[in-house]
Amino acid sequence: MFMTIFEPWNETNSKPFIEFRGVSKRFGALTAIDNVSFSIYEREFFALLGPSGCGKTTLMRMLGGLEKPSKGQIFIDGQDINTIPANKRSVNMMFQSYALFPHLTVADNIAFGLKRSDMPKSEIPDRVNEMLKLVQLDNLDARKPHQISGGQRQRVALARSLAKAPKLLLLDEPLGALDKKLRQETQFELVDIQEKLGTTFVIVTHDQEEAMTVASRIAIMDQGKLIQIDTPDLIYEAPSSVRVADFIGDVNLIEGNAQKMANGKMQIEWAESQPALIADSSAQIPNDGKITFAIRPEKIAMTKHKPDDADNAVEGHIQDIAYLGNVSIFKVRLTSGQLMNAQASNTRRLSRRNFTWEDKVWLSWTETAGIVLTK
Amino acid sequence: MKRFTWFNTISLTLGFAFLYIPMLILIIYSFNASKLVTVWAGFSTQWYSRLFNNEAFIDAAWVTLKVGFISSCAATILGTMIAYIMVRGGRFYGRSLFSSMIYAPLVMPEVITGLSLLLLFISIGLDRGVFTIILAHTTFSMCYVSVVVSSRLASFDVSIEEAAIDLGCTAFDAFRSVTLPIIAPAVISGWLLAFTLSLDDLVIASFVSGPASTTLPIKIYSSVRLGLSPEINALSTLMIAVVTFGVLTSSIISKRAIKRQKREEEQAFKNG
Repeated sequence: MFMTIFEPWNETNSKPFIEFRGVSKRFGALTAIDNVSFSIYEREFFALLGPSGCGKTTLMRMLGGLEKPSKGQIFIDGQDINTIPANKRSVNMMFQSYALFPHLTVADNIAFGLKRSDMPKSEIPDRVNEMLKLVQLDNLDARKPHQISGGQRQRVALARSLAKAPKLLLLDEPLGALDKKLRQETQFELVDIQEKLGTTFVIVTHDQEEAMTVASRIAIMDQGKLIQIDTPDLIYEAPSSVRVADFIGDVNLIEGNAQKMANGKMQIEWAESQPALIADSSAQIPNDGKITFAIRPEKIAMTKHKPDDADNAVEGHIQDIAYLGNVSIFKVRLTSGQLMNAQASNTRRLSRRNFTWEDKVWLSWTETAGIVLTK
Repeated sequence: MKRFTWFNTISLTLGFAFLYIPMLILIIYSFNASKLVTVWAGFSTQWYSRLFNNEAFIDAAWVTLKVGFISSCAATILGTMIAYIMVRGGRFYGRSLFSSMIYAPLVMPEVITGLSLLLLFISIGLDRGVFTIILAHTTFSMCYVSVVVSSRLASFDVSIEEAAIDLGCTAFDAFRSVTLPIIAPAVISGWLLAFTLSLDDLVIASFVSGPASTTLPIKIYSSVRLGLSPEINALSTLMIAVVTFGVLTSSIISKRAIKRQKREEEQAFKNG
């Protein structure tokens, strides 16, 4: 079966749809955005992810024209957005609070932007119905925003922001107010709608699961800087720095000294009187040899006895168990003193679990399971 | 807890008696058949019909209503504009000074407000008349309007306005089609407050009124100085009715708005 893979960022001849060039934004003495440059491509579902106060919302508000950069330029479709008046920009935004107009019905909310566009009056009702169908709210057009549920309100907000068929839709924590189950369902719907319409979506979120679910690429932000832009799998499997590895998911971080071995693999001294860890990594070892070895809990196997053929194996005892239903997290105190998390799927019922508190165990992983980080 | 102990009952009775007995007596005596103000001689509405045939009073009533209507409209527009700037203008240099300056006229003695306005009108050579009363009333009642409107604006989600702009509105269009409909209850109750304040005012009006522009409070005051008459009682009763109506409507409108907001929030929470 033939499938084109959507990866415009890896193609040399693709033209970026949005381009940030050296953009900074200061509020008084506070630097919210610090010299950011990156590109977003057409039809992308691009996520800005970071802790609150990292500047992701400011970055989005600049795209929407609600803030102006203090320095640098932003291009949409090759045009500097400062030269296009706000109401001529083909960009719409979905607000975190939904910002529905409480005095207008659902249909009038959706029609609000259309009435202020070039669309002939006679075509507006059809477009409104089309949008209502898109978000599956066909029968609620006459309701006021306070007469519908939170999830429905979120859909109205989405329909309203998509009604003018913008080239770019900005979503500011669009699912933040929904409960977990509804949020997960809506995430997939959002992806479906995005794929159906082919609109470029930029989403701001602090929820990494959400970013991983919906996004084609994720930009991780911290303190006004972009620290990594990559696809969700690369962000998770190949973080560029300790900060990214630590921010996304759970990770065990071990500091050590690395050396290249004759076979090209890496040997990491990490604790006294412990055998060195072996890692298959192409990372450039800094001159002083200091690196951080990162390994995800789910990549670690836990056994009662030392496995014979493991690339890496360390000994310890179980200090704590967090039972999460589908998985359990075992906090293992190594004989060297470090604490390591290992994750195991609960494929058997709890009463048949093999391990319990204070059990002596061996943790093992392959040479390719971990990541060597030099930053 | 027992709510109607004898102590509570007495406090309540005393308090309300203190407040309302004078007005009650005035209202009762307005229906007195006798010409003597203090002697009860049976029920009659003759003073009301006399009142409506007294041209001086009718003229004064027209002046008062005209002043009240125009000044409260002007005060509502100006007060809403000020409230909007104060709540939405962000932080600008001297903002807190400005916002306290809006509240200052509320506690300023009326005599001083009246006197300073009088001096202003004389110095710029403006003839005193209906127009100067309108200006003066606009001046002091716009502060009240701005207080009422800014409290509503403060609890208003800014992103609703941003959404309107995002969907293609100009800033003014966003205000007209989104902000104004949402704050309308506060604006209307501000208008009613300004209107009743203007109807009530004696002190400022007497400073800035001219010979041909007597408002009802001035008329009542000057007639009382010549001696009490049941006609004045009747007139005062009517004014009490109008003012009560204004204040009640204003508070019902804002109470309803609060109730509706609460209900919407509850419903939203339930639907969550």
